[in-house]
Amino acid sequence: MDFRFTPEQEAFREEFISWLEENLPDDWDPSRYRNYDSSEELARAHKDLQRRLFEAGYAGLHYPKEYDGQGRTLMEEVIVLQTITSTCAELRMPGVITFGMAAPVILICGSEEQKREFLPKTLDGTHIWCQGFSEPNAGSDVANVSTRAVKKNGHYIVNGQKTWTSFAHIADYCILLVRTDPDAKKHKGLSYLLMDMKLPGIEVRPITQITGEQEFNELYMEDVRVPAAMLLGKEGDGWRIAITTLMFERVIGDVTMAAVYQRNIERMIQMASQSKRSGKAVIEDPIFRQQLAQAYIEVMVLKYHGLRNLSQQLQGDIPGPEGSIGKLLWSEPNQRITEAALGMQGPGSQIMGGSPWSVQDGFWQFSFLRSKGSTIEAGTSEIQRNIIGERVLGLPKDISRAVRIQ
Amino acid sequence: MDIRLNEDQIEIARQARRFCENESPMEYVRAMFEDERGFTDDVWRKMVDMGWTALRIPEAYGGLDMDLMDLAVILEEMGRAMVPGPFFSNVLLAAEAVMEAGTEPQKERYLSRIATGETIGTLALHESDGGADPGYVQMGARPVGNGFVLNGTKLFVPDAHVADFLVCAARTESGEDPAEGITLFLVDPKAEGVSVSLLPTMDGTRKLCAVEFKDADVSADGVLGEPNKGWKPLSRVLRRAQVGLCAECIGGAQRAMEIATEYAKVRVQFDQPIGTFQAVKHRCAQIYVEVESARSILYWAAWAQDHGDIEEAALAASVAKAYCSEVYRNATASAIQVLGGTGFSWEHDIHLYLKRAQANEVALGDPAYHREQVAQLIAG
Repeated sequence: MDFRFTPEQEAFREEFISWLEENLPDDWDPSRYRNYDSSEELARAHKDLQRRLFEAGYAGLHYPKEYDGQGRTLMEEVIVLQTITSTCAELRMPGVITFGMAAPVILICGSEEQKREFLPKTLDGTHIWCQGFSEPNAGSDVANVSTRAVKKNGHYIVNGQKTWTSFAHIADYCILLVRTDPDAKKHKGLSYLLMDMKLPGIEVRPITQITGEQEFNELYMEDVRVPAAMLLGKEGDGWRIAITTLMFERVIGDVTMAAVYQRNIERMIQMASQSKRSGKAVIEDPIFRQQLAQAYIEVMVLKYHGLRNLSQQLQGDIPGPEGSIGKLLWSEPNQRITEAALGMQGPGSQIMGGSPWSVQDGFWQFSFLRSKGSTIEAGTSEIQRNIIGERVLGLPKDISRAVRIQ
Repeated sequence: MDIRLNEDQIEIARQARRFCENESPMEYVRAMFEDERGFTDDVWRKMVDMGWTALRIPEAYGGLDMDLMDLAVILEEMGRAMVPGPFFSNVLLAAEAVMEAGTEPQKERYLSRIATGETIGTLALHESDGGADPGYVQMGARPVGNGFVLNGTKLFVPDAHVADFLVCAARTESGEDPAEGITLFLVDPKAEGVSVSLLPTMDGTRKLCAVEFKDADVSADGVLGEPNKGWKPLSRVLRRAQVGLCAECIGGAQRAMEIATEYAKVRVQFDQPIGTFQAVKHRCAQIYVEVESARSILYWAAWAQDHGDIEEAALAASVAKAYCSEVYRNATASAIQVLGGTGFSWEHDIHLYLKRAQANEVALGDPAYHREQVAQLIAG
């Protein structure tokens, strides 16, 4: 067993850290957790950084060279992502679906033409992807998708509505889950399309979320003509591919989230060192110290569990249902961590960013509210525990679902 | 980076599983729970024959010179089977203390005999307030002539009633830094002025004792290592022992999870297995999440003791001890809830796990203590 990077990996990390310092946007302010007011500006900055990463050979490190990747290992990719997320998590945000789901699923399930068409333009920052899975009546029950795609004259004619489509307003393409066979059993009638967001008939309406921001959208499709060549895998394979997509999202995610939270713990220590409650420094308060340590412990759990999974995947293991652990390990502790941070601020925790009395630019207020979404998105905590209970521990499915699946 | 057990460790685990199933089935555990001595010579001898008491001891003293990680693999299996007896006290406390602090003649004398199973030792550290910090070592040792005289009481001393020697931490100097002025003594528990009594503890599978010293004489060669400098080597011993306890905790928690899950599959209520209900299913899933997470932290902590620098070793040991011991306690409590009335009975084995979990949680620093250690290391 070895928890260290090799000297070569360590050197690579050092080299990348200095490269990143040099290549951050000119107006980047590291003391702010948000540098961009509009998502369009953020998308431009993201694409610009991605293009520079690509040109410098830091994009798609573990992707094959024939698709403009670097042909190296997942380890180098993780080193790059850890560094980016702990330095400038904001710039990484618009790429979460692109690199967490779209690119890996195209690499694994795409045809040769699809790989050649999409992977280079994804790696070089030309395309941002969004994810069209959820619908008003297909939340946790994702397979209940009712968006229809009917094949006609070399095209799929798509009609329906998606919701909670992250980044749809800035996305160039969408990984879209549609129903191609309404007569087949629920899970069997689904297919997976790669949809150009500029096609006629697509309408994107932003959803204002709990934080006041607009990260997600409703996506309406009326007679959208998606070329048949944009089908990923085979017709009816949509569910299997969707599950694969979700599992990939989890692997790199755990390790990079740990890097984000480790940075947040540093913020928390800084805040506690500078604030007083009832005349005493917060950092000396024994209850706060317990909470701080517990937060750190949970971040270490996420980090080392993530690295252990990564290590298994480097040996060629395909991610399985155990990946649900990681989802729980990054979503639930973050709620406790942000609650503890607000707790430290007392009545000051009511002040959002933008006031002379704001604490750390309102970072914790935003994070507290945003964390409420993390136990819902990408499979709720309840769904994760169902997956573990049924697919890992072998407990019986509940009767209503067991009957419907038959 | 490679965070997987190697082939040798997987084989060690397999052998340990087989050994524990054959030699320490629950009937044995239950008998020893009630038994005052707490183990049989027969099982002890077989354990020695497996090489377990020699595993960590350097080759020069007849040992196998292996890593803590290798021992952790065995401890996980021992925790799973709740193997009773003084293995932990002897191997992780006494032997490690001699290895860390002992002079060459002391190592010669004790280590080879620990390796062969001829002698059993333990560590007398805690006192009535039960803290794990050097400041809590208050029992005094007064220099008299060439030796010392010990007076005071040590509590929660594991397996002292069967020990051939004790490593006892006592204060020989008091100053500003509580870590200075602690001396480790090698004490014969049968010597004059030393009395050992069993404490009526909740967990009967690891006996705890009170050791009282009344004008007990220790000669100069009974000082383990250097006088007044005992805390530094002892802190290294404690970190490894904390990690060892974590391995036990994970083995026990894993078993509690299996017991709960197996029961949830077969126990029928409202015409269906109770594992169908999400209230039960999610409980089992949560134990699984925590056990696997704890195992990842254990690997880091064991690796950090073997290969990390002192800061990482200290941080990892405290992170692991706080986390893994709570995971074990949660797992057993949750399993009892899944088992319902059955889990509340003396007849079912789960209460033995609950009791060991409770004991491990407070041994060698409770979670609150270790969280404070973590806070000091990350925030000062």
